[in-house]
Amino acid sequence: MIARDHATPTISEGHTRRSALLIAALALVGALIFTSLVLLSSNVPPLAAYNLIFLGTFSTPTRISDMVMLASPLLLCSCGLTLTFAAGLYNLGIEGQMALGAVAAMIPLRLLPNLPPPLLWVLAFACGAAGGAMWALLVAGLRIRLQVNEIFAGLGLNFLASGIALYLVLGPWRRIGRASSSGTEPLPTDVWLPTFGTLRVAPAAPVIALIILVLIWFAVTRTRWGLELRAVGLNPQAAGRMGIPATRRLAESLAACGALAGIAGAIQVLAVFHQLIPSISSGIGLLALLVVLLIQANPAWVLPIAAAFAIFTTGSLQMSVALGADSSIAGVLQGALVLFALLARGLSGRR
Amino acid sequence: MEQILITLAAVLATAAPLIFATMGETISERAGVVNLSLDGSMLLAAMAGFAVARVSGSLALGFAAAALVGCLVALILGVLSLSLGQSQTAVGFVLALLCTDLSSFLGTPYVRKPGPAVPHAPMPGLSDIPILGPLLFSHDMLIYASFLLLPTVWWFLYHTRAGLVLRALGERPQTAYARGVPVIRLRYLYLLIGGALVGIAGAAYSLDLKQGWSYRHTFGTGWIALAIVIFGGWHPWRVAIGCYLFAALQSLASRSQSVLPSIPTQVFQVAPFVLMIVVLALINLLASPGTAHRLATLPKPLRRPAERFVGWLATPAPAALGQPFQRP
Repeated sequence: MIARDHATPTISEGHTRRSALLIAALALVGALIFTSLVLLSSNVPPLAAYNLIFLGTFSTPTRISDMVMLASPLLLCSCGLTLTFAAGLYNLGIEGQMALGAVAAMIPLRLLPNLPPPLLWVLAFACGAAGGAMWALLVAGLRIRLQVNEIFAGLGLNFLASGIALYLVLGPWRRIGRASSSGTEPLPTDVWLPTFGTLRVAPAAPVIALIILVLIWFAVTRTRWGLELRAVGLNPQAAGRMGIPATRRLAESLAACGALAGIAGAIQVLAVFHQLIPSISSGIGLLALLVVLLIQANPAWVLPIAAAFAIFTTGSLQMSVALGADSSIAGVLQGALVLFALLARGLSGRR
Repeated sequence: MEQILITLAAVLATAAPLIFATMGETISERAGVVNLSLDGSMLLAAMAGFAVARVSGSLALGFAAAALVGCLVALILGVLSLSLGQSQTAVGFVLALLCTDLSSFLGTPYVRKPGPAVPHAPMPGLSDIPILGPLLFSHDMLIYASFLLLPTVWWFLYHTRAGLVLRALGERPQTAYARGVPVIRLRYLYLLIGGALVGIAGAAYSLDLKQGWSYRHTFGTGWIALAIVIFGGWHPWRVAIGCYLFAALQSLASRSQSVLPSIPTQVFQVAPFVLMIVVLALINLLASPGTAHRLATLPKPLRRPAERFVGWLATPAPAALGQPFQRP
């Protein structure tokens, strides 16, 4: 298996504030230049495109509420990945953990439709967290017991999770009368998480995400558990010699990450799609990996960066209507930001 | 009989892009560099290769463009990880996502457009040989190239001086350096060669096996190629067996649909991916010390071949894989 590399992302402490600012500036300028070149090569005017990407979200209340509903699961996944990255793990299986969380959250919603909605929501969130954690523990088991690298274990389980979701959508949970790969029968409206008026924003989702963000920040930076986690991430052998149960901490970080991804999956079901769809995770887990790589798993930066990425993604959705270009340009900008941040870090480390 | 031959020939053909991608990755991983960007660079190369071939009308230019894109992505990975000390995993992952989105954005004008394709070219004379003819000699040039690439990589790695040095880069870079081998420069070289092969693998889809371009055209094969390299223990022949097994599983999966019609198609498409992970876990289980103990209790005539079989299955990764090289 691939050996741990020394540059595993961990919370940066060596950098001074000034060089951190310099790195951020370099990353932003580099990414903007690169994205502009890509836009120009497709004959899309960059200024109009940036106007949409950065400000398009704020044009209508509907778009702002869509952004919040994207930012909430993104925040949850980023929080979870903060833990696994601190422990030195690349949890690429987060997409599958989210999908399985969504599947698990559907179970009480389908089996016990007559319960009062608040009780159902609690049950759905609990099942979602359990499903995601179980899926992540499979990765942990493969990694710890069978030495299968967590990247490939996670990727394989992602394919399996999407297979399970597809099977349920087309098989046992298919729409009455016609099976369609677009999704299961929509949930009855009274079990949808309540929203503000006609907007799609369900306040419970961002509130849950923010509470968990604070908890994770506290756990990573202010507790002995968080310190041990980071020690395991820096050097598992040394941590083991100091009496830290290293494999236990690895499994715990994965389980916690899976649980948070599962809650994100439950939000997708209860408040975004209101049904199970095959691509229920919508790439949010991969986006969260970019967020966490960009901020080197520093929990203090999760909120601003996750919010910014949600703004870019929501804003760029109008690209095809307004400018006739594909909305994947937001992904280009986000990827370029992380790439140039890595470049800037490499350059500053060399001096 | 004829049906079986046709199926087997199709399996050999559909595995061709996987062969290119996994041989490229085997070369760079054997030199100690993990190129995790495979999935993204294959997509970007597939798109670029198709676009260039369509605009210029030349297949050769298309493949050259695809190889160049693969090289370029590998070069970025090299600069960031080999020269600037960033994590190979992190850089590779970011490149995988970035290239995927780049291919979607830049490839919009080419979605579902007709374009040139590698022509079918049965070998005159050879294709008439019974059994072997239809199996091996009635494909196209790209697939013949994949048949040739495999022994070439094996011969290079195990029977040339340069191949020995390549393996030293991945196993004992410090020792190689002490012997005067320019470690970083050679790692760059093999990373770029590997990248070019990955690029050709991408174009093998858009110009041959899955002609044309569409959003996420190669559907995750880059990730599976990475897993096959591990499954194959970084040895060309075993990696190739992995590729053909995977292609056979995929064809089997699309067939079993007609046998079990109650299960939706898409479920079968996932099966090979899952099976790969299970096999990977089993191989690692075989390599564990517990298995060695159990083997030691076998009667003598059984023990030797059993131990050799397990040893052959469970090969360790190159010792310096993924680790940065520091000059001593």
